[in-house]
Amino acid sequence: MSATTRPADASKNATELIESPAFRALVKIRWSVSLTLLALLFVGYYGFIMLVATSPAIVARRLSEAPGAIANLGLVLGIGTLVFAWILTAVYVVWANRVHDPEVERLKRQLRR
Amino acid sequence: MPPAAPAYQSTLGHPSFASIGFFFLVILVTLVITWWAGRKTRTSTEYYAAGRGISAMQNGFALAGDYMSAASFLGISGMVALKGYDGMIYATGWLVGWPALMFLVAEPLRNLGKFTFADVVAYRLRQGPVRIAAAVGGILTTIFYTIAQMVGSGSLIALMFGMPFVLAEVLVGAVMLLYVLFGDMLATTWVQIVKAILLLCGVTVLTGLVLSRFGFSLPALYRAATDLYPNQNLLVPGDLTRSPVDAISLGLALMFGLLGLPHILMRFYTVPDAKAARVSVLYATGLIGYFYVIIPIVGFGAAVLLSVKGAGGSVLALGQEVVRGFDKGGNMAAPLLAEALWGSAFLGFIAAVAFATILAVVAGLTLAGASAYSHDIYLSVIKKGRATEEEQLETARIATVAFGVVAVALGIAFQGQNVAFLVGLAFAIAASANFPALLMSIVWRRFTTWGAVWSILVGAASSVGSIVLSETVWVDLFHFEHAIFPLKNPAIFSMSAAFLAGIVVSLLTPEPEARRKFESEKLRTYLGVGAE
Repeated sequence: MSATTRPADASKNATELIESPAFRALVKIRWSVSLTLLALLFVGYYGFIMLVATSPAIVARRLSEAPGAIANLGLVLGIGTLVFAWILTAVYVVWANRVHDPEVERLKRQLRR
Repeated sequence: MPPAAPAYQSTLGHPSFASIGFFFLVILVTLVITWWAGRKTRTSTEYYAAGRGISAMQNGFALAGDYMSAASFLGISGMVALKGYDGMIYATGWLVGWPALMFLVAEPLRNLGKFTFADVVAYRLRQGPVRIAAAVGGILTTIFYTIAQMVGSGSLIALMFGMPFVLAEVLVGAVMLLYVLFGDMLATTWVQIVKAILLLCGVTVLTGLVLSRFGFSLPALYRAATDLYPNQNLLVPGDLTRSPVDAISLGLALMFGLLGLPHILMRFYTVPDAKAARVSVLYATGLIGYFYVIIPIVGFGAAVLLSVKGAGGSVLALGQEVVRGFDKGGNMAAPLLAEALWGSAFLGFIAAVAFATILAVVAGLTLAGASAYSHDIYLSVIKKGRATEEEQLETARIATVAFGVVAVALGIAFQGQNVAFLVGLAFAIAASANFPALLMSIVWRRFTTWGAVWSILVGAASSVGSIVLSETVWVDLFHFEHAIFPLKNPAIFSMSAAFLAGIVVSLLTPEPEARRKFESEKLRTYLGVGAE
């Protein structure tokens, strides 16, 4: 468990890496991306809940006045919230795999050197 | 059975050849998996984390399996059948925790921990106090979740197979213990995967059969539902969101409760690295999202197709009345619909899937409860981290049996109680006791040992306390006239209290050692250097 039992030079190397601008940027960007996506999730989900709770009339509005049409805004928003949540997850994975992971690997190689 | 539904005939509760057959097939298949998986358990890493050899896709199915309990399968389809749109609102709340889990904790959790979420909370703090507090939060969450599952499962099995409640409890406990004791996390994971696939296939077929009756047109189904129930518009929101604060509080509990459920968090240690953890959440979110998108169709289908029509198309009994006739909460909507659409063999299949679901979820909970004791209390506090693999494995097995026996005993003790509030309670404790401490330990430099302990204890006490004083327990269970705590779900209050306690106590008790370690643990948190 303990991270402090490494040889002295490795630990010096580690400290340098932690304080390097590249590592700090990695951590900062990771949380910026996460928190932006989390904010979008909040807006989507709690927006949906608040809309349903405060304006049921809007939610019950039919999408089309055609005689066969019955779907209302609420049904679309309900499904839409589920799909939106999955899309946010997918966006994070694509970003992490394409952008974040290569940078993680690069920094790990610096540590071994 | 209420007089309104005398015309309805069902083999539900009268075991047929098909239902018994599917029932034994499910038990047989899962036990073969257990035998196959259990041949090589030698270490605690194999026992608790399946040797960290589960792939991202397998873990995605297992996570989905752990989360799609019988309560969500039978409960949400029943809720949609009886209340329509409200059931759909509820379903969205069950999914939105997954993206949050990914954004906030999945990868740091995988990198920092070993078997339990307490590993992460205690990583740079003093082991003793934090481990004990975290084990309390973890065990409370797991116990309440387990009671809800056991009581629900006992009545479901009694209803579906006509088996006595106590026998059903003992059977679930015994078979589940076989999985965990002899097959460990690997078997439990595979049982989850098999069950998730069976459940998704079963619900997909059921949905397809419903849609086939309406020419594969959703509007036709909705129209039939609104025509049949002219006084109760099934397509608009009803009671569920009458109070916006209540709705937000429930939403918070569902969303952040997931981030504190020990049996879910534990699954992230079964994959090799943070990348696999991340991809597994994407699979799980997709599978669970798909499940919640199609399950309302089953509910609407039950409301329409279970109606009994007399000569000349007159309605003798409405679908909702038929469903209520078997179970007040609507839990039998999906099994009844299966029988109505494809006969008693399909009912047998759906019933067996529901049974497998119960077994698998209880097995996962048991592993989580056992690890909280044997890994966090026994190994880290009593033995101070010095115990051989044999000692650890032996304690793990003893704790597993003890947890299993307690689960069966509590299940029997709570027979006949309305335990729906227990799931809400489990999520509220998870969101209040476990999640704030976990998040602050990952992101906040100044977090301290006593900050963690107080955050967990305040979160646990305030969520349990306010649920007891709320309408669900104070009025419905204890029959007092007025609830003392105004909300049905306390998360908005108890989660804030836990964060506040953690922040205030941490600022009052500075811990330079913990702050120094925060810097060095960053390599492990963000790069996975030294991760197990």
